Amino acid sequence: MPGSLSTFGFKVFLILWTLGVPVFAAPAGSEYPMRRVADIFQPLSRPAEMIHEATVLVLMICAAVFIVVTGLLVFIVVKFRRRADDDGQEPPQIYGSTQIELAWTVIPILIVVVLILVASRTIGEIQNMKMPEDALKVRVVGHQWWWEIHYPELGIVTANELHIPVSDRDPEKATPTHLLLQSADVIHSYWVPQLAGKTDLVPNKDNELWFDPYETGVYFGNCAEYCGTQHANMLIRVIVHTPEGFARWVAQQKAPVPAPQTLEEIEGHRLFFANACMSCHTVDGTVAEGVFGPDLTKLMTRQTLGAGVAPITDKNLWSWVKDPQVLKVGCLMPDMQLLDPEVDAVVAYLKTLK
Amino acid sequence: MSSETIIDDNFKAPPPERVGEESGSLTRIVQELVFTVDHKKLGLLYIGSGLLFFVVAGLMATMIRLQLFFPHHELLTPDVFNRFFTMHGTTMIFFVAMPWVFGFANYLVPLMIGARDMAFPRLNAFGFWVFLFSGIFLFSSYLTAPGLYDAGSAPDVGWFAYSPLTSKAFSRGHSTDYWTLSLLMSGISSIATAINLIVTIVCLRCKGMTLGRMPLFVWLILVMAFLVVIAMPPFSACQIMLCLDRYLGAAFFDTQAGGSAVLWQHFFWIFGHPEVYILVLPAFAIASEVIPVFSRKPIFGYPIMVAATVMIAFISTAVWAHHMFTVGMTSVGNTFFAISTLVIAVPTGIKIFNWLATMYGGKIRFDLPMMFCIGFLFQFLIAGLTGVMLGVAPLDWQLSDSYFIVAHFHYVIVGGIVFCIFAGFYYWYPKVFGRMMNVKLGHWHFWLFLIGFHLTFDPQHVSGVLGMPRRIFTYEAGRGWEIWNQISTIGVLFQGAGVLFFVTNLIYSYFKGKKAGDDPWDAWTLEWATTSPPAEYNFEKLPEVKSRRPLWDLKHPEDPDWKFE
Amino acid sequence: MSAERLASGDPAPMINDPAATEEPWVLPSTRKVGILSLILTESALFTIFVVAYVFYMGKSLNPPYPKDVLEFPWLGTIALLSSSFTIVAAEIMLRRSHRLGFLLCWGITIALGAYFVYFTAFEWLHLITVKNLTIDVNVFGTTFYSLVGLHLSHVFIGLLLLSIVWLLTFFGKIPADHHEHIEMISWYWHFVDVIWIVVVTVVYIISVRVGIN
Ligand code: HEA
Ligand code: HEA
Ligand code: HEC
Ligand code: CUA
Ligand SMILES: [Cu+2]
Repeated sequence: MPGSLSTFGFKVFLILWTLGVPVFAAPAGSEYPMRRVADIFQPLSRPAEMIHEATVLVLMICAAVFIVVTGLLVFIVVKFRRRADDDGQEPPQIYGSTQIELAWTVIPILIVVVLILVASRTIGEIQNMKMPEDALKVRVVGHQWWWEIHYPELGIVTANELHIPVSDRDPEKATPTHLLLQSADVIHSYWVPQLAGKTDLVPNKDNELWFDPYETGVYFGNCAEYCGTQHANMLIRVIVHTPEGFARWVAQQKAPVPAPQTLEEIEGHRLFFANACMSCHTVDGTVAEGVFGPDLTKLMTRQTLGAGVAPITDKNLWSWVKDPQVLKVGCLMPDMQLLDPEVDAVVAYLKTLK
Repeated sequence: MSSETIIDDNFKAPPPERVGEESGSLTRIVQELVFTVDHKKLGLLYIGSGLLFFVVAGLMATMIRLQLFFPHHELLTPDVFNRFFTMHGTTMIFFVAMPWVFGFANYLVPLMIGARDMAFPRLNAFGFWVFLFSGIFLFSSYLTAPGLYDAGSAPDVGWFAYSPLTSKAFSRGHSTDYWTLSLLMSGISSIATAINLIVTIVCLRCKGMTLGRMPLFVWLILVMAFLVVIAMPPFSACQIMLCLDRYLGAAFFDTQAGGSAVLWQHFFWIFGHPEVYILVLPAFAIASEVIPVFSRKPIFGYPIMVAATVMIAFISTAVWAHHMFTVGMTSVGNTFFAISTLVIAVPTGIKIFNWLATMYGGKIRFDLPMMFCIGFLFQFLIAGLTGVMLGVAPLDWQLSDSYFIVAHFHYVIVGGIVFCIFAGFYYWYPKVFGRMMNVKLGHWHFWLFLIGFHLTFDPQHVSGVLGMPRRIFTYEAGRGWEIWNQISTIGVLFQGAGVLFFVTNLIYSYFKGKKAGDDPWDAWTLEWATTSPPAEYNFEKLPEVKSRRPLWDLKHPEDPDWKFE
Repeated sequence: MSAERLASGDPAPMINDPAATEEPWVLPSTRKVGILSLILTESALFTIFVVAYVFYMGKSLNPPYPKDVLEFPWLGTIALLSSSFTIVAAEIMLRRSHRLGFLLCWGITIALGAYFVYFTAFEWLHLITVKNLTIDVNVFGTTFYSLVGLHLSHVFIGLLLLSIVWLLTFFGKIPADHHEHIEMISWYWHFVDVIWIVVVTVVYIISVRVGIN
């Protein structure tokens, strides 16, 4: 929205910088554009869009106030500076004026009333939005430092990367996604700037969030509430699919995991269960039912490891299994002290999880 | 039993002794500082220790900025980084801004109201030493557990320490205990000092100084002290509850035992929001003294300035949940707090306009105090407007906990408060040490700090808008944040250089500064009526005033203020 | 125009209108303003603890619940509240310079306060050993002990001050200019009493009537 960007008013020079930031094109590895630069001035979903409209309005009001007051300040500083030829007399002593005071009480009150109206309307629109019956329901549970993701109606459990179908700009035809936000430990916050404002995940509290993206893509976001050591590496990716793409993804997630084939895979499988991995991780169709760590059933269908800390590649997987503390210092998965050949085997097994 | 005290009788003071005439061996000076109950020395101790903490916390900020210079930079480990921003924030708020505020108040209030000392001098000393101890206690955490090299067991839960991150389950060891005990102690000291200030202002004004004739500085300090008295106890209550949780297994904030995570946020911000006004009111107070004197006009709309201040304080106790717009309040709750937050813009605006009106029609002298005040006006305006944007709750849903917030509050705190504090330093230094501060060094300080400030904090608005959350020790490349972080980091070097000039100036001028005389700025309030530096008991004879500007009356007998009041 | 005149000791250099100096310049006493500020700040402290108590009312996940274990502390309450009257009586005695009467009334006040502490100690002993209500058992235990305990600590401080005064009077004499100190201590004692009324209402009357969850 470059048009509304130009309302950045009092910080015109900052806008120019912002506009100069390239929006990254899709690299290999994803069928959808990577929307890495999560500019709140480029909303692509209704809640973000509503906030954006309010932002532009508020920004214009603030810019106007800024220009008037700064103009006044500059004028006064220039006009009433002491001149070189000053006569040494004190200027007339003025103590106040009720009319003027009244003026600069009433005008700001009027402005504030406008701001209040903008605020309360937008709050109501976003928070009290009726979700259609058929909205996709997702439960997101924050953990130190990863996201657990459930699709209760689809019977899918995954982690870190949220997959949803694209919606429509027309509110009538919209297919929004409705998130239920919970926390397993401390407070986190779910923030994908181009989709919606952030909402916290608070223990013992159910929060809600919704969005209905207009365009496909991989949207980037972060955990936005400080939650401990690795708060910085609690990244969010929302993959917005075409309807067909989403159906394909669902089918893939529901398909049973193929049994390990090669000797190495079978050895890895054995090690996985011999080494307590199962006490923290779930792999569907096996006895691994741990819930302390992310569900690994479809690990290889994800783009990243450890909530975005690194892309899933052989090298990174190896490093992670060898010692997760290398890629993500302080994360809650311990170094499992596997020998190098054991790591090879476990990685081979993990690579079958797709 | 008489319930009233007649002030004059209270002050059969011993004959004053001029500070400058004492022999100054080092042990003697130390001895004097340690045992003093004199409000001026305590004021200087407050300001001086605040300055030390400022340099330490500023160096932490420098490390933070250096770590963020590159994406994936590995200068600091996550834990060290997390400790740095926690300690930076905590120190800056409680051990820099607070002692500066109390230091200026301590030094100036008795002088301005024509009193010989604070009402309870020993309580005053108690307050200072408890404050200093709690600061040292907090920093001693760097020496424990993994020790200095591994950055100790310094607190790492952020300056508002949201539960349940602080509970035993998620914060093992003692780092959080350092945080909570230190702030419990410093809270008690703040309350003691605030009560002292209130009593001093209410009970020790010199003859003729009615409430309506107090300098605005004193008024604002009075309101600030009231805010401390009502807002600090919730904070202490928080700390007590947290201690009970951590030591006795209580469940106030223990979410696993049915406690609430949101309750801490409410209690913290019931304190935390008034706290930011506790810090800003004294900054306003300094501006309200400097701007009239350097515009050569009385403050415009004095009664309305007072009323606006009281309004700000009053409203500020009802806006706390604007720090919690994202926690999942109902739409009614969000709307209420959005409204109360926005309303504060009105009285604050009145203050800004009155300062402008004071300058209007004057003959503005661009001495250093005034330069810093003009910087303050400009930056505070922007900061206030970004605050207003955050007050519109939906905008806050996007901007909360992003670098936009970091930009907002450094704009208020550094661009507003620190600028005013610097103005205060340049303005009262001649009174305190009897020598003017060097103007050339001062100009270097001003321009470097101004440029550095804008380089550091302007770009943070943009990175916030581009989705950069605060409190992250690292970030991915390619999210559009690199350039803004780099500019921001470079800015710190300018700020640091500015501060170096400032510190140099403080020391240099102490020895080499031009002799100031009693009233170098041709000012109007009582502190300029006594000698520079003021004698032990301030005034040989307690003054008596007839208007808000006693020295104006004295200097302009043909046109005295009291004729107009 | 020299401002130095002010500091130089010239007689009242600010006076422009001689008539004005005749009015006495009277300000409130520092002690009163001090104690009032202290009471204000303490009220804020108590408010937060009361709010925490109310917030957690009916939110305990497991027993014991207030209605099962709390009994209205009649004796303690009566003792504490009546001590507010005896302290007033003591003040009257003091004003009449009736040393023995003062010692007596002041002593009764101390005794009543001490009885309150004694009573609460046994109440807590009972709650802990018989009713299994401890500070870490649930949020009721947490908020109950911290609120009542906070008040109790104030009774303690009050008792300490009262006892010091009593001993000083017993072994010597209170100088007349210390009467105001005594008045301030009694203000503080009244404040502790008023807080008890709030605590007792919230804890023993309201919360025992609130259902569970
Ligand atoms: C000293 C400090 C100070 C001051 C004075 C302020 C002033 C204001 N602040 Fe700020 N604030 C902080 C320090 C301060 N703040 C800090 C430290 C934090 C973050 C804490 C943390 O999370 O770590 C914070 C965070 C913060 C938030 C929470 C953000 C979040 O975490 O999600 C909000 C939200 O509403 C906010 C709003 C405001 C508003 C509306 C004002 C108003 O008072 C501003 C009023 C001033 C003006 C508006 C300008 C002048 C007025 C006019 C010229 C009149 C005309 C104008 C209009 C009618 C609009 N602030
Ligand atoms: C009084 C309050 C105050 C002040 C004055 C400052 C001053 C500064 N602050 Fe800070 N800040 C806070 C209060 C304050 N801050 C708070 C409350 C937080 C939130 C913490 C949290 O999230 O919990 C915060 C957080 C915060 C962050 C965000 C951290 C994060 O979220 O990860 C950053 C990052 O840039 C930052 C930077 C700075 C800088 C560069 C300065 C500069 O102005 C400092 C300038 C001073 C110096 C540089 C030192 C003195 C100079 C020398 C000794 C000379 C030699 C040095 C050099 C040449 C470099 N601060
Ligand atoms: C003590 C519990 C625990 C054990 C045992 C454990 N893990 Fe983990 N694991 C975790 C946690 C917690 C995470 C999430 C870390 C993060 O992102 O912060 C994780 C993450 C992972 C991931 C990345 C998942 C993703 O989607 O990002 C893989 C792969 C993994 N573990 C494999 C293993 C293997 C293989 C073993 C056994 C050799 C193992 N884990 C043992 C707790 C454990
Ligand atoms: Cu999770 Cu920050
Ligand atoms: Cu606030």
